Parts: sequence; C-alpha cells; structure tokens
Amino acid sequence: MKSPKVVTSAAAGLVVLGLGLSACGGGDDDGDKAGGSGKFDAGTTAVVNPSDHKGGVLKMAQPDDFESLDPANIYYAYGLNFVRIFSRNLMTYTSKPGKEGATMSPDLAEAAGTATDGGKTWTYKLKRGVKYEDGTEIKAKDIKYAVARTFDREILHNGPSYFPQLLAAEGYKGPFKDKNLDNFKGIETPDDYTLVFKLKAPFSEFDQVVGFSGQTAPVPADKDKGVRYGMHPVSSGPYKLEGDYTPKKGGTFVRNPNWDPATDPNRKQLPDKIEVQAGLKAEEIDNRLIAGTVQIDLPGSGVQAAARQQILTNPKLKANADNPLAGFHWYVSINTKSIPNVECRKAIVYAADRSAMYRAYGGEAGGEVATSIQPPNVQGREKGTDFYTKADPNFTGDPAQAKAALAKCGQPNGFSTIMIYRNDRPKEKATAEGLKQSLDKVGIKVELKGYPSGTYTNEQLGAPKFVAKEKVGLGTYGWAPDWNTGYGYLQPLTDVKAIVPTGNANTEELDDPDVNKKWNEVVSVTDPAGRAKIYNEIDAKTREQAAILPNVYAKSLLFRPTNLTNVYFHAGFGMYDYANLGVTG
Amino acid sequence: MVAFIVRRLLGAVGLLLIISAVTYAIFFLVPRAAGVTSDDIAGRFAGKQPDAATLAAIKDRFGLDDPIPVQYGKYIKSIVAGDTYDTGTEKIDCPAPCLGYSFRTNQSVTDQIVDRVPVTMMIALGAAVLWVLAGVSIGVLSALRRGTLFDRVAMGVALAGVSLPVFFTGLLSLAFVVHRWNLLPEVNYTGLGDNPFNLLLPWVCLAFLYAAMYARLTRAGMLETMNEDFIRTARAKGLPEKTVVVKHGLRATLTPIMTVFGLDIGLLLGGAIITERTFSIPGLGQLALDGVNQSDLPVVLGATLTAALFIVLANLVVDILYGVVDPRVRHS
Repeated sequence: MKSPKVVTSAAAGLVVLGLGLSACGGGDDDGDKAGGSGKFDAGTTAVVNPSDHKGGVLKMAQPDDFESLDPANIYYAYGLNFVRIFSRNLMTYTSKPGKEGATMSPDLAEAAGTATDGGKTWTYKLKRGVKYEDGTEIKAKDIKYAVARTFDREILHNGPSYFPQLLAAEGYKGPFKDKNLDNFKGIETPDDYTLVFKLKAPFSEFDQVVGFSGQTAPVPADKDKGVRYGMHPVSSGPYKLEGDYTPKKGGTFVRNPNWDPATDPNRKQLPDKIEVQAGLKAEEIDNRLIAGTVQIDLPGSGVQAAARQQILTNPKLKANADNPLAGFHWYVSINTKSIPNVECRKAIVYAADRSAMYRAYGGEAGGEVATSIQPPNVQGREKGTDFYTKADPNFTGDPAQAKAALAKCGQPNGFSTIMIYRNDRPKEKATAEGLKQSLDKVGIKVELKGYPSGTYTNEQLGAPKFVAKEKVGLGTYGWAPDWNTGYGYLQPLTDVKAIVPTGNANTEELDDPDVNKKWNEVVSVTDPAGRAKIYNEIDAKTREQAAILPNVYAKSLLFRPTNLTNVYFHAGFGMYDYANLGVTG
Repeated sequence: MVAFIVRRLLGAVGLLLIISAVTYAIFFLVPRAAGVTSDDIAGRFAGKQPDAATLAAIKDRFGLDDPIPVQYGKYIKSIVAGDTYDTGTEKIDCPAPCLGYSFRTNQSVTDQIVDRVPVTMMIALGAAVLWVLAGVSIGVLSALRRGTLFDRVAMGVALAGVSLPVFFTGLLSLAFVVHRWNLLPEVNYTGLGDNPFNLLLPWVCLAFLYAAMYARLTRAGMLETMNEDFIRTARAKGLPEKTVVVKHGLRATLTPIMTVFGLDIGLLLGGAIITERTFSIPGLGQLALDGVNQSDLPVVLGATLTAALFIVLANLVVDILYGVVDPRVRHS
C-alpha cells in the first residue's frame, strides 16, 4: 500500500507536469495571442503601445481586495495607484516613465506648495472650475474636510497618519466627532481656492505628503458615509463608479462627463469602462493576462512562478513583459538590542554569503545585488561604498575578517542567535538558510524560525516586545518607500522616533544619536540636493553600524497583454501606471 | 414527527452555541495564551506602521481590551437582539440574527452570508445532481455486471476519481479546457443573475470526486442487497428484473448512501472551499477563507455557524427521508 506521502508527491508531480505541458506545448498558439506590442523590458523606460484610441473595456483583477476605495483610507501602493482613476489630489505623481515618475506634479493645485515661516506653513492655490462627478465645483473647504477626516483614526485607520502627526491641530478628533470644521486649526481656507497648512514643525517634503496618498482628494461633506464612503467615493477624476463597489467582488467604473482633461495632464480617459474583479486566484489572473482577457493584475508585484517560467521561456510572450526594479529592497535586519556589540554585527556582515542570498531571489531576473539601503529609484540616492561586504553576485563572504571582528567583540568562538523569516515566502527561507550556512563557518550559530507573513510585520519582526522576548537577532525584511526620496524610504527604517509597538519598520531598532540628529535637522533643509546628501549619510551610517545587511533590489516580472495601450512602468508606484491605460480590440 | 423535528432543532441551537464558543476561543484565547496582545490584534486592522493613537482608537472601536467573556457575550447578544454599528456619519442597524459586522469590508456579516449562500448552493446542488446520477448509475451497473470489463474499468476510474482532489482536476481543467483548448468560457460566476452553466467545469470536477465514491458505495451496497432473501423472493414472485433491481435492490441500498449524501451536501453547502478557491468563485467557503486569512473574526464565526447549521439541517432532512425511502425504517 502506498503511503499518503507517496500519493501526495505523485499528485503534486502530475500537477506540475500538467501545468508544465500546458505552459510549454504549442508555442505558436501562445505566440498568436502574444502578438508583438514591444520588446522585453521596453515598458520599464518608455511608453509601450502609445495610443489615443477611445473605447473598450479595461479589465483589472486582483486575488484579494483593496483595503478600501476611500482614498483617505488606503496605504498600499497599488490601491493608491488605482484610486487615481477617480480621485485627484492637491499634488500627484507625474505620469511619466523613468525617474520623472517619482516626482510630484500639481494636480488640483495650480502649482507646488509655497513654504513660509521656515517650512511650517504651506500654501496651495487651487485650479478653478474643476468639478465633481455631479458637476459641483471643488472648493478649498472640501480638501480641508478630506484632511480633517484623517484625524479620526478610530473610523479611518488604514491610511497614513502623516497629517495628524504633522499639522498643528492638537486635540482635534476629526469631523465625525466634531462637526464644526472651524475647530480644525491645521488648515486655513482664506478663500474658496486657497489652502494654508499649519505645521507643528518645519517639514521640507510636504509636497510629497499631500501627493503620495489619496488623503487630499476632496470629499463633499454631505456625501460622506464615514467608513463606508469607500463603497461609493465621489469622483473628481476621469472615471466614476457605476453603482456601489462590492468588497471581495469588485465594481465597474464609467466615464465621468464632468472631468476636464484640460485641467489634468496626468490622467487619460480612454476605455469606456473599467471593470475590477476581486477574488480571482493569482494563477488564474496570469492565465487571463496571457490570454488577453484581463489586462491588469492590480497588485502589480509580478506574475506567479508558473507564468514566470512560461513567459521567460517563450520569446513571443517575453517580448510583452517588463522586468523593472520594483522599488523594494529585500535585506536582513540585524537587531541592535539583541546584538548590541557593533563588532559582533560586523562579523555577521563580513561572513554573509551574498552570492547565496542573491541566488535565493532568482539571480539576474530576480533583482540586483544591493549596495546602499536606498534602492536606485530613490531620488538623489548614491550607490555608496560597501561596509564589511561586497555587492558582488559572486561574493561568498570573508571568514577571516569575520573572525577578526568576533575577536574584537569578545566572542572569538562565535555566538548563538535567532533568525526569523516568513515561512510562506520561499525566497526569504532560502536567504535565511544561505546566511545560516555562511555564519556557521565562523562559529555564529543561527537558529531559524519561520512565521506566517500575515502576522510577521505586526506580531514578530515588527513587534519589539516579541523580538526582545524571543531574543531575535536577525530577520528577513523588505521595504518600499511611501514616496521616492530618502525620507520616504529611510526614515521609517532608521529613525528612533519611527519605532512603534506593532508594525515597526525600524526592525533593527536603531537608536544612533548621529542618525537621530540628522533626521531632526533634515526636515528643515529646503534644497532637495542638500537633503539627499544627508539621506545618503544616514544610509551609510546605518550600514557602518552593521544594522542592516543589504541583499537584493527586487525586480518584478510584469506582463502587458497586447491589447493594452499607453503602458509603462511607473517609478512612483513601482508598477504600471493605471491612470493612463487604454485597450484596443 | 413534529416532536422529533423540534427536538432536533433545539439540539442544533445548543450545538451552534458550542461551536461559536469554541471558534471564539480558538481566535481569542489561544493567541493570547501564545502571547499575542490586543495591540497586535489591533495592528492587524491598521495600515503600515500604526502609531499608538491609531492602535488605541482601534482597540476602543472593536472593544479589544474587554474581557473575552464580555466580548463573546456581546456577540451572542447581537445574534439574539441585533446591534447597531457606527460608520462615523450614521448608525447602521443590524437586525437579529445579527452575525456581526466585518471591520475589513464594512458590511454586515449576515448580508455577506446571504449574498454568498446562493452561489455555494448552485455549486453544491449542480455537482450533486451530476454525482448522484453518475455515481449511483455506475455503481448499479457495476454490481449487476460484476467482474466484467465494464465493472473493472468503472471501478478503476472511480478509484482515480477518489484519489484526485479538486485542486488537481480543477487546475488541469482550467489550464487545458479553458485556456489551452478554449472549449469552455472562463469561470466568472458571481451570483444568481449569472448563467449557471458557467459553473459546468466546477460541477464536473467536484462531481468526479464524489461520483467515484458514490459508485463504489452503491456497488458494494447493491452486491450485498442483491443476495438478500427478499430479492430472491421478489424474483420467485416473477417480478420483472428491472423492478427487482430498482424498486427492491436499489431502494434498500439507498439508505446508507443517503446518510453519506446528507453529510456531503451539508458540508458543501457550508462552503465548497477548495472548489471555490480553485475556480475563484465568491461563495461561502471563499468568504470563510478570506476571513481566516485576514483575521476577520465576525466573518469566520458567521461562516462557521452557517456551515454548522447546514450540516445539521441536511442531516435532519436525511433522517426524515429515511422513512420515505426504506419502509423498514418507517416501521421501526
């Protein structure tokens, strides 16, 4: 009698074989579907299939669902990218391929904000005549109301909390609890077209704060449904909802006749409809992308393993794929509380087998070997110099230097520590195993523990209490910025003020006086180049402290069906720009 | 009969109470015993890097710092007496039986279940028709032609069917039948307004699994029944063979099959999780799975209670039908 294990293995083998046959057989048919909308990676730096063709239905799908469709109640990049089809902010990411996509452009504002009072007051003038879907003109009070809503963290708790943290409105509880908007002192509206933001302290990247998320998208107070506003947000962009959005199922967007393209250079209104389907299995989305029956995989993190193999081995399919640096840096956090001696941390970095860690992420197609903590898409980022390691795909570690560091640390025979990773992410597991093997060679004994990704950032690596209790020394981690500057990327990872009890991103719990001082000062520096210089210094200082072991700048494999037009990789969102797409056929 | 039904329904209420308490304990007591704090739970509902004020607000809104028995008591009270929920701008009524409010989707759990049940029902009933017809027919024919090539092939296929789960047959059929050979359209069924025949592939895959089991069960039952004395008596009376097989043989065989069918259909109505997941169909099983993945306790509780209710009801119906199908049960 066969054991269950044998039967399971045989069944798994058959599934793989079957899917493989499905993937590999009859390349001509696949080729016909694939057509030729460009060449491999063309969409990473340029617009593929540029077209002004109007009509058709653009179909988007996702395995799960948005946190909400209320622009103020979303944090994840793909949701923020998507809501641009129906909502406009004061500022927004520039809709251009290449590095320009990571910069901010005026959206509802006439121009970027004007800073006065040493960066504590920011003034924006609104464009006139911009309307909601019902034809009502958008006024300054609507944006003030939208920002005021973000102060009620009990009702809207998914979105960023920059405004409650930055604006001088202490004690304000939001308009759901305090109906009198005059009590919200964080923003003044001297007339219908002027907004004056009052900050507690200078903040030089305020244009990014008002632009990166949907929290300055205007909300008409009389249409606000509180936490349920996301089921039918009022449109200020090129599309509006037809009926309500049904969570976990989806919704349909149609043209907004009151959107004026003359006021909006960052969006297009090409398809007649945009249909969103939620709850479609990731592998099935890939199948439909290749068949052209779905045009966009909303999460934008790339195709799954089976489709990846299929695309990379079929030249015609590969011609319709892009392999950009997606904005994530997957690194290893070295906890400065569990391993307080910098020499011990240095020993870890010296001994790390970067080659094995790089291969764990799929080699060349999976990413680039990282030097700095900030990935290449961050504005003003410098590659920097390596500290105690080499950003080389063939570097397997330097055991001699590692042992010397261990001796200085007072642990010449090594020490023991715990490394955690997400056990449902094979790349992280392989990274952890590769690092464990290389550390073993110098006497650093690592015990590996895997945790589900659903709880990892809140309850394990991102929970300082857990880290202290379990004596976690190392953890796999990855980060993409709120916005593409050194502040957006590095501040949550390295500023002591960013340490929070759950969902903590400063997972190394770095509390370096020099770094903290720089964070306090940089917010007053008005020159972007001057700020970038400081960010690069913080980046270097963190690596000098051996608090972060750089690993891989991730690449994603995105597929663009041939019937998709105006498609390009957007550096600000780390995926295709959803607000300018069209369809043909 | 009425007393019997009332007794069973009262028993069902007690069972549902126990299930709700156990599910609640699994989601709240077990994690807390493992060191998970109310901050951690609040963090699951928040965005990236939630500050202390955000966590406090979430805990306050969801009552996460209340003692567990108090939280459980509130839940049971809302089922019995209904509840209201604050959206910020209005209070929403959730009339009894209010199964709670999902703070992920901001919808009433009862509404979501009512929306999903017909979808799961269409999957389960469509597949059930196929597997009962195919499984029982093949089982009867195999029993009557014991040892023939048909019997061997049919039982071989049945063995394969029992061994192949839906995530295997489903993935393969999607890859080949839909995407490669374009024989059937993509599965996009979302509710009763859609064409039910869009579910043909899920029905076939699910039925293939179950029909195999039913064929083997029927064959075994028929082989045993056809050797009983009353069958010999029926033949001796000169009844046509068709009547002997269908009216006497199959009828007696159906009793154990109905028992299994009751359990199977009850389980499937509670959520054909693998089928719904494989074919991306928004049914009750998918709702429960999403709830588990996102720690959406009200949804998990609601889906679990609904599934338990279906199993209890399906078994009750089967118990009643025993008497109709098998006179021996009625007489006893």
